[in-house]
Amino acid sequence: MIETALPRDAAVLASLRVPARPGSLRLVRRLVREAALAVGADGDWADDMVLAVDEACQNVVRHAYGDTAAGDMVVTLRRCDSDDAPAPTLGGLQVDILDYAPTVDPATVRGRDLDDLRPGGLGVHLIGAVCEEAGFVPPPPGAGNLFRLVKRFAKNPVRR
Amino acid sequence: MTVEMTTRQGAAVAMLSGDVDLERSPLVRRALLEALRDRRPLIVDLSQVSYIDSSGIASLVEAYQTARKQDTPFLLAAVSPKALRVMQLARLDRVFALHDSLDDALAAV
Repeated sequence: MIETALPRDAAVLASLRVPARPGSLRLVRRLVREAALAVGADGDWADDMVLAVDEACQNVVRHAYGDTAAGDMVVTLRRCDSDDAPAPTLGGLQVDILDYAPTVDPATVRGRDLDDLRPGGLGVHLIGAVCEEAGFVPPPPGAGNLFRLVKRFAKNPVRR
Repeated sequence: MTVEMTTRQGAAVAMLSGDVDLERSPLVRRALLEALRDRRPLIVDLSQVSYIDSSGIASLVEAYQTARKQDTPFLLAAVSPKALRVMQLARLDRVFALHDSLDDALAAV
């Protein structure tokens, strides 16, 4: 779960509001990739973060608005600074995905056995494989759900 | 994202190009399941896949399971580095029959 969080006013790299529909994911992926490269990630790290954010956004697209007309989701990217608790690192990204749908019960969002390969379960698994921290955090007043992903650069970057 | 179907040496070859994501993976799913209906071996060439997510992987898994049930050979060929990375994260790289090239896959059918 989320153990650290940047202050709410930590500098925002970018914020993108899009309809929570499959066609929006391409735009989100492009933005996340550029932001990752901008904070100094290499291509492989950026690709992993793109995947994790895409999977988290898919959960919003699939589940948040249900049968009602899709609302929006807001993807906000912040740089993880090297002074972050609990341990100084060389940086990274914190990505918040906000929607305005009814609140999701976190207990229903769990990684599943790989034998049960329904797309939603595999997505949660992929998020966990990529990010150090991922989970729901309290949303701002008036919003629905806020899902946060944090991926830091390794202290001593090692090629995977 | 496009799915191009051809026939090589009696096998159906599906060449996927572009981003196989939530928007486009239903197209892949339909194309692969349709291709399996005539029970010819099916090879999926992933060399031109620039991105694949869990929904894209799920389409491949569904085709794989359908092929298995009907005893039709199902092979993946020339998996792009990006696609391979996602399969490794999903721990599926050992589940599929992966071949380095289309020719290798055809030889294995």
